[in-house]
Amino acid sequence: MQTDFLQEARRQAEICNACRYCEGYCSVFPALHSERVFSDGDLTQLANLCHNCRGCYYACQYTSPHEFDLNLPKALAEVRQESWEHFAWPEAFAKRFQSSGLMIAIASVLCFSVFFLTIRTLGSAGGEGFYAVLSHTAMVSIFLPAFVFPLFSLAISMRRYWSATNGEPVRLSHIVEAFGSAARMKNLAGGHGDGCNFEDEDRFSQSRRLAHQAVMYGFLLCFASTSAATILHYAFDMPAPYPIWSLPKLLGLPGGILMVAGSLWLMALKLKADKNLGAPSAWGGEMGFVALLLLVALTGLLLYAMGSTSLMPLLLAIHLGSVLSFFLLTPYTKMAHGFYRLAALIREAQRKRTN
Amino acid sequence: MRSDIDIVVIGGGNAALCAAMTAAECGASVCILETAPKPYRGGNSRHTRNFRCMHKGPHGPLVDDYSEDEYFSDLLKVTAGKTDEKLARLAIRTSEECLTWMQEHGVHFQPSLSGTLSLGRTNAFFMGGGKSLVNAYYRKAESLGVTILYEAHVTHLELVDDRIELVSFAHEGKEKRLVPKAVVVASGGFQADTDWLTRAWGPPAKNFLIRGTPYNRGVVLADLLDQGVSSVGDPTQCHAVAIDGRAPKFDGGIVTRLDCVPFSIVVNKHGERFYDEGEDVWPKRYAIWGRLIAQQPDQVGYVVIDAKSLELFMPSVFPPIKADSLEELAAKMDLPPKKLSDTVAEFNLACGNTSKFHPTELDGVATSGLLPAKTNWARPIDEPPFYGYSLKTGVTFTYLGLKVDENAQCSTGQGPVRNLWAAGETMAGSILGQGYLAGFGMTIGTVFGRIAGREAAKYAN
Repeated sequence: MQTDFLQEARRQAEICNACRYCEGYCSVFPALHSERVFSDGDLTQLANLCHNCRGCYYACQYTSPHEFDLNLPKALAEVRQESWEHFAWPEAFAKRFQSSGLMIAIASVLCFSVFFLTIRTLGSAGGEGFYAVLSHTAMVSIFLPAFVFPLFSLAISMRRYWSATNGEPVRLSHIVEAFGSAARMKNLAGGHGDGCNFEDEDRFSQSRRLAHQAVMYGFLLCFASTSAATILHYAFDMPAPYPIWSLPKLLGLPGGILMVAGSLWLMALKLKADKNLGAPSAWGGEMGFVALLLLVALTGLLLYAMGSTSLMPLLLAIHLGSVLSFFLLTPYTKMAHGFYRLAALIREAQRKRTN
Repeated sequence: MRSDIDIVVIGGGNAALCAAMTAAECGASVCILETAPKPYRGGNSRHTRNFRCMHKGPHGPLVDDYSEDEYFSDLLKVTAGKTDEKLARLAIRTSEECLTWMQEHGVHFQPSLSGTLSLGRTNAFFMGGGKSLVNAYYRKAESLGVTILYEAHVTHLELVDDRIELVSFAHEGKEKRLVPKAVVVASGGFQADTDWLTRAWGPPAKNFLIRGTPYNRGVVLADLLDQGVSSVGDPTQCHAVAIDGRAPKFDGGIVTRLDCVPFSIVVNKHGERFYDEGEDVWPKRYAIWGRLIAQQPDQVGYVVIDAKSLELFMPSVFPPIKADSLEELAAKMDLPPKKLSDTVAEFNLACGNTSKFHPTELDGVATSGLLPAKTNWARPIDEPPFYGYSLKTGVTFTYLGLKVDENAQCSTGQGPVRNLWAAGETMAGSILGQGYLAGFGMTIGTVFGRIAGREAAKYAN
């Protein structure tokens, strides 16, 4: 990893450790205060524990123009970004995406959409509904590897992360605690429950926490919807399309709406927030990722609404193109943050129990 | 900006904001004139951390009880009786209701604290520290319609008979004036004016560091004192502690503190010890070291510890100077090497049985036959590597201020000034004649800020 980002984070962490005023804001500070010297692994762990709520920045008496020039959210964001690039497999993909994420997302969606349209022009697949456009077998043979490969890649990344942060054997209680924290976005609650300082200087608000939860739970509902459909297809021989009072639709419809609303909200918040309190170089990639999430959810909903119109094949191609891009790019986009955050929260649960 | 301002509040820290919010809530139109630019707003309140609060039973983040009498006796201990009992008891008694008021005005407190100071009974800690309190108050003040001008340098308050007739200030490169009905002064002490400090203290003051804001230059205080407004407190008194000698001249704040003195020996630039480093537990004895260092040549001191003590105190903001031998350490700190090793050898020889060593309480592990003695935590300094820190005097605040009554009103020899009130550090000398009690500055600021705001609004309405 780039030593200058680590050096800068170390300098700031040492000042924070002498001050300790931010103790109550989030998990970063108790973790920071339990050390006296910071190894690269310690800093990587702190960086991935930081949710960039910015509470500490606005509370800090040592931010610029003070000569100590503290900006811990930024310093940790830089280390975090670096750590994701460094631990990614294959590493070269990650570097490219961080620098030009939006362009890659657009290009990838376009390519895959054209690819699906091309398959379509080769003639009807012979099935009904969506499968008339692309056969079920074709969908599975494309999407199964596209789903398995990112998981494989992420598993390598998580192993690298775990070894860098001296992770211990994981127990169920660690996982329960980590998921509990993520489920409530505890680290965006500001320690007092009034939320974080993301979009409007020092004003506390729940916006980022709520928007993030809308996207996360929306995504999980959509994922559950797809899983339900897969089970219906294979276990009960009930292929798509599904009626509105079916499990895939009951899960997918609210999920899609939550994702659309949440990603639009997140994009609006990101536009209002001070870019200089995150990793400025990653801003585009992060925006690209949220835009991709939005596209996945929006085309999914449109497909449902206009499934019987002549626009369907085009919408399906775009939808499948964006889903495929989304999955394939997962290890290299902001999507990976979910895995790293969970790993960091599990590691933090271990630290708390050891102390 | 509105031209029909009822009340001008001079200053932008805790007391000023409490006064401004209270006055605005009473219906007055209020303008805050803050000398600092926005990033530095809030005076010394920016660097504070907690609020000392009397309470009967658990109250907000506070546990147990802290009675008026216990609070007052704590105050007597640090001030050695130099306090105005009536005002002190008013501040103490009112502190209890202040805590709720603070929360209603956006201040968040920490639920509990794992740090080194066990003050969960007497002091309520702000989540994020003083700057987060200041931020919350500015948000609230703005929502109450208070006008806030940054980089507004008040130059003169025109006292005519028993009224302030106008307020002159410089803002955006222009000389401006306001003719308010009432004025609240909450612009702190004069510690950032080195010349004034030198006049009061003598030449050593030139070597002092100022722990807090560089904007407390006492301009308004001097202006009012020149016009005969009554003062309180001793101009030669200031609260001074020993801080890391590498700290910035101004604004180093909390991180520059060094907690290592009890585990060390402290020498002057000639390599000689001059005081019992183990006299008492650190927070209580913290304040005396500022004066001790100020009396040493060049106003510097040097702490020497060895490897076994390095992790017994809070991490320091600058890493210690490290060396494998005492001679090498002396060279790095510009001390006479021979003298330092002699001093350490003499000290080590005077150390006795150290088996009762206990870092967090007075352990009675003392030297024998050494002058000055070290009466606690005296362990030989013999385990390399050796570590050193330099110490300088860091001024927190000055005591000379404006004399006020229970209504926070100022006066001259002829009687009260009808439309002038003071709050915060600028009148704290009335209550804190010397010494310091952690979190009490914020108590005085909040209590008297609110009183000043209320009285000024009553007068203006």
